[in-house]
Amino acid sequence: MSGQANLLPNNRVLRYTFRERLIHWTAGISYVYLLLTGLAFWTPWLFWIAVVLGGASISRMLHPWAGLVFVFAVILMYGMWSAQMRETAEDKAWWDAMRFYISNEDEKVPPAGRFNGGQKFLFWSFFWCGIVLLLTGIVLWYPQEFPEAVRLVAIFIHPVCALATIGLFMLHVYMGTAYERGAFGSVIRGDVSRDFAMRHHRTWFEEILRQASAKQ
Amino acid sequence: MSQATLRIQKISGHAGPVPGEGMARDTKDKQVCKLVDVTTCIGCKACEIACQEWNDLPFAKTSFDNTYQTMPDTAWNYWNLIRFNEHTRDDGGFMWLMRKDQCMHCAEPGCLEACPADGAIVQYSNGIVDFQTDRCIGCGYCITGCPFNIPKFHPATHKVHKCTLCADRVAENLEPACIKSCPTGCLHFGTKDDMLDLANRRAKQLRKDYGFANAGVYDPAGVGGTGVIYVLHDTTNPEIYGGLPKDPHISWAVKLWKHPLKWLGNLAMIGGAIGLFTHYLRYGPKLEHKNGNGASAGGAQ
Ligand code: HEM
Ligand code: SF4
Repeated sequence: MSGQANLLPNNRVLRYTFRERLIHWTAGISYVYLLLTGLAFWTPWLFWIAVVLGGASISRMLHPWAGLVFVFAVILMYGMWSAQMRETAEDKAWWDAMRFYISNEDEKVPPAGRFNGGQKFLFWSFFWCGIVLLLTGIVLWYPQEFPEAVRLVAIFIHPVCALATIGLFMLHVYMGTAYERGAFGSVIRGDVSRDFAMRHHRTWFEEILRQASAKQ
Repeated sequence: MSQATLRIQKISGHAGPVPGEGMARDTKDKQVCKLVDVTTCIGCKACEIACQEWNDLPFAKTSFDNTYQTMPDTAWNYWNLIRFNEHTRDDGGFMWLMRKDQCMHCAEPGCLEACPADGAIVQYSNGIVDFQTDRCIGCGYCITGCPFNIPKFHPATHKVHKCTLCADRVAENLEPACIKSCPTGCLHFGTKDDMLDLANRRAKQLRKDYGFANAGVYDPAGVGGTGVIYVLHDTTNPEIYGGLPKDPHISWAVKLWKHPLKWLGNLAMIGGAIGLFTHYLRYGPKLEHKNGNGASAGGAQ
């Protein structure tokens, strides 16, 4: 679905289809619930979150089910994005110049495709952490069914993986809302400005333009 | 003993200090203890029945496995089980081993350490470790925390249950129901000091007069000592008594999880949030329209 169909009126460019946005927010909303209820059990200082969310017993009951929803969405994401998330030589150059990305010297950042190196890293981290969270989460769900050694591994690894995703999640939310203006709209309404597409995903946008002019 | 010994000295999943901590008079001499002399247990199961009766637990069906053990394991509604083992000694002597299995009421309880729910597990100033079922959220962390495999899920309510050391009876100056029912006097109840004294004298007798050179008292230091102690014919080999662990302690995985990981994780999360906010103050956003509507580009030095 590259080319003409991506070019919208008013100099807008279609970035995420309805299906992509729906899956993204299925993962996003279930993740936020998992994060809040998980943090409630993580430390007594945040136990009040579970109380606000309807009581700790309910949080305990629903957390694993939300986990299944989350992993389901992540697997759908794998289906639709894994091919586009493969590392390329372009990404290597992007990583090398990442400090310019951080300091807003975007003209010194090499062009990126539909997803830049950082976004790919985020995707794969969430994918693998999601799998491990699922496996360890199932052990925590039915601890009486597993031998002690398995439970001990699960109870340690589950929060470790959760923490890894929490760090990335904070970064992801910061970039998607405050830092990279236009990104939030792209995953809500689906489109970005041509300016945005050109600046942040030039290889991808140039391909769209090329295909669009080839068709005419 | 009095109800004063039911003041709380440890609370699970509690933020901040324990309310009332250090307010009670010294309760050191009020630590209660159950002494089980396995060498005089005849396996009659009176204590099992007394436990069911006093705690108003439904009678569970026994499963006959051709031995003198009534159940495969303790359960949410079966807190007290005599574990039966046949044992052949190195010198060829043959023994029937009976061990009363129940919550050990550890001084440093792994269940309480692991529990995330505020007040779902408490330790009273008399040393009894008690589950407060109405506060239990059913996470099962205590199952992983306990080195003795004691907390058990109720399959329908998903809450855990275990022996209370009859905290209700003890506070009224009564001994636990199991103790009361024992016909041989192999069960004793009193202060920890008294019970240790009695246990050590019995162990000495076993060593001197009965030829059990390794007889001794089981009061494992790894969990800070327990509120249930055993006299064993052979303390060097507690596993033969239905798998009594030799060196029970809270697993290092649980300790790592509950202490360094918590602090590292909290520091990382707070540090990360501060870092991102600082980055925003320093560099500001990447605007969608570069030279758009005259909005601030942010990041002024
Ligand atoms: C993928 C499927 C998942 C399953 C089946 C699952 C299951 C569980 C279970 C059963 C527990 C024990 C207490 C409770 O139920 O709340 C737990 C704890 C927890 N979960 Fe999950 N979970 C999953 C995903 C996640 C995700 C994505 C996060 C990310 C934030 C997360 C964060 C946590 C945290 C922080 C805890 C508390 C750990 C602690 O007490 O140290 N979980 N999880
Ligand atoms: S034996 Fe298990 S349930 Fe009982 S106090 Fe020790 S850790 Fe807790």
